[in-house]
Amino acid sequence: MKYLDEFSDPDLAKRLLDQIHQATTGQWAIMEVCGGQTHSIIRHGIDQLLPGGVEMIHGPGCPVCVTPLEIIDKALAIARRPEVIFCSFGDMLRVPGSVDDLFRIKSQGGDVRVVYSPLDALKLARDNPDREVVFFGIGFETTAPANAMTVFQAKRLGVPNFSLLVSHVLVPPAVAAIMESPTCRVQAFLAAGHVCSVMGTSEYPALCDKYGVPIVVTGFEPLDILEGIRKTVLQLESGRHELENAYPRAVQAEGNPAAMDMLRDVFEVTDRAWRGIGMIPGSGWRLSEAYRDWDAEARFEVGGIRTEESAICRSGEVLQGLIKPHECAAFGKECTPRNPLGATMVSSEGACAAYYLYRRLGGPQSAAGSAAEAAPEAAPAEPVGAARG
Amino acid sequence: MCLAVPGRVDALAERDRTLMAEVDFGGVRKDVCCQYVPDVSIGDYVIVHVGFAIQRLDEASALRTLSEFESMGILEEEFGDQVALAAKQAGLAEGAVQ
Repeated sequence: MKYLDEFSDPDLAKRLLDQIHQATTGQWAIMEVCGGQTHSIIRHGIDQLLPGGVEMIHGPGCPVCVTPLEIIDKALAIARRPEVIFCSFGDMLRVPGSVDDLFRIKSQGGDVRVVYSPLDALKLARDNPDREVVFFGIGFETTAPANAMTVFQAKRLGVPNFSLLVSHVLVPPAVAAIMESPTCRVQAFLAAGHVCSVMGTSEYPALCDKYGVPIVVTGFEPLDILEGIRKTVLQLESGRHELENAYPRAVQAEGNPAAMDMLRDVFEVTDRAWRGIGMIPGSGWRLSEAYRDWDAEARFEVGGIRTEESAICRSGEVLQGLIKPHECAAFGKECTPRNPLGATMVSSEGACAAYYLYRRLGGPQSAAGSAAEAAPEAAPAEPVGAARG
Repeated sequence: MCLAVPGRVDALAERDRTLMAEVDFGGVRKDVCCQYVPDVSIGDYVIVHVGFAIQRLDEASALRTLSEFESMGILEEEFGDQVALAAKQAGLAEGAVQ
């Protein structure tokens, strides 16, 4: 247990781990949906502190990773236009499109700006009435309320030169798609805490019943994750499959009603293709009819997009939990955070970036991923941008 | 996905018919929209994601999380210069991109 002293409360961490070890008799595969949780797990070596019978499978909850390549290419085409100020969160800057990324367009003179909040982009639009300001509105349910409020304000304040390039994705349909997959090994889920801070937990009991899986709402800090895993293992070992909330300090069953009202007004459910995974019915949000005038896809003619993924990148399989990052032949060789082939290697929430930053794994030959190979002190000093999603 | 950072509401004001706050994140101050936590008061702690408070949080939990995030370098990642971070990741000098 080489990492225990890195926990903020090592005694509590040890107690939680002891309970997990004592409870585990079977072989269990638990998926943490959220990429922020993946980073916490790998960074703190939580997967290596667990009993051999508990495997963590990393899920698709990295918003920039699952944003469809076609939308990325559209974003790049819009960002190249001279009249446009293109605004984004920082972790989208280096996500590879078919041939380019936002960071390169910026270094070639494109007016690409990183903002902290989408409201900052709206302010830019009001301050620059002769320019078109486009905000790249991606992310899961946690981020959507911010983008919804920004479009609502653009309409209310009458800001015609602002628009949103929207590609929101939703967790519950992704959970269903993972369980429907014929190759699915997942037996339980840690649900993403802050998604539930917004949306509440009402969508999950039906998934627990339909697929016979425990779903435990879990936070992001290492102790939160241990508690989520502990509750999940206790359910699995006793044959239960229920929704439990292991993050009550930030998640109420009803969610955030004000945010949900705004989401229902501004967005409507749509089918969405997830990068690396494919089409998932009803898994996204787009602007509703009343807000279509602020839809960047409608405002800018960006036809002629021909997407092309890397031929060797296996990020789709990583996002589906079918392989671990270091089982890809390109991992750490052709593909590094400096030269990423897939978004999972560049995002602060991507599983490949987590393994690269916090594990020293040479490639497929070291696929066993033993504790001896994991040496956080050997991690390259390449930072990954701030997590958003 | 979805990192959200706890912070303390230091000031509240209506702007563009929207409730806005000045929030302190362990020394870093940001403008935060509080329209989704309409009953918030000065001195309360909120969980903030991309400039929007999405829930309230008790003070003890907030301070514990802030301290943990600070020691993990997460506050610097969240509030630091994103373009410089991307440049560093790409292996470029920070001045290479304006």
